[in-house]
Amino acid sequence: MRNFQGKTLSWKIESGVLELALHREPCNEIGLETLQELEVFAEALKEAQSDASVAVIYSTLASGFCAGADLRETYRLTQGLPRQEKIAGVRDFITRIHAVFNTIDASPLVTIAAVDGVCFGGGLELALVCDLIVADRMARFCFPELRLGLIPGFGGIPRLKRDLGNAVVRDLLFTGRSLNATKAQAVGLVSQVAAEGEALRLARSTAEQIKKFDPNTRAAAKKFLKPIPEQELRQEIEIFCELFTQPAVEAGLRKFVESTEALPYLP
Amino acid sequence: MPTLDQTIDEILKLAANSFNVPREQLAADDDFFQKLNINSLQALELLTRLENHFTVELPDYEFQGVTSFRGLAERIQARL
Repeated sequence: MRNFQGKTLSWKIESGVLELALHREPCNEIGLETLQELEVFAEALKEAQSDASVAVIYSTLASGFCAGADLRETYRLTQGLPRQEKIAGVRDFITRIHAVFNTIDASPLVTIAAVDGVCFGGGLELALVCDLIVADRMARFCFPELRLGLIPGFGGIPRLKRDLGNAVVRDLLFTGRSLNATKAQAVGLVSQVAAEGEALRLARSTAEQIKKFDPNTRAAAKKFLKPIPEQELRQEIEIFCELFTQPAVEAGLRKFVESTEALPYLP
Repeated sequence: MPTLDQTIDEILKLAANSFNVPREQLAADDDFFQKLNINSLQALELLTRLENHFTVELPDYEFQGVTSFRGLAERIQARL
């Protein structure tokens, strides 16, 4: 499928570059509808190898790249459910998003996240799936999940550990603080920092360079450089599902959904 | 190192430019959420602009409970 126009995302392939645009208001929160369209994208990505060398993922929204999981939907769908039903629903969602992210991670295409504004939680996990992150200098990166009594559930810790040193991984997880693009580049999360409003242009320029190299060599290099931490990803699903049934999680979700605070992602 | 008043002045200029509010309408002890009429995402934008402008790292948790431009300046001064 060379083109797709969905409610939450769209993509097109032109001149060897697949561009996936995220456009679900307010900030590309990942809920069931986005997941379904990401699954269509993952299938298309498997078939895109003959038409494209590079995939660029970006947001069309001024608010940012992606604010993570749709916590309002999560709260609405899980509040008050018996433990086993809650686990089953969460496990289904998490397993499906892992399948999508693993497909993007393992794609022979080189993948670039062009990040601007907010890149939090599941949004950061989506960016971490990509081979390169090009960030607008106004971008911010954060794993705020512990405030909810959870760990990141879309593959965040294994992929963060794959790329960064433990000092940064623990700092991000245990404090829930956000990093700006300059800091993110200094610690090795971001490969290039763009001027304000220029991340997509820079990502496209990077894609043009990457296209010049032999596809088989590029795919072999990627496989060698970036193994998928499969065992840790499976562990993450188990830990996440177990934690999700804690009373603190429902309370944390409720607090977030009902919050009128200026920085509701902080505990 | 700049004085606290100099830092406050720089913050007020930056906030005025970034959020299209006349500089003369902003004062050190104003509640910046109200004066700039900003939401949570815009608060993050302000934090990023402050970090970029002053070349400092400002952990979000240090800003919990800070509502005035003076309070922002004090946190920044502590890291200059």
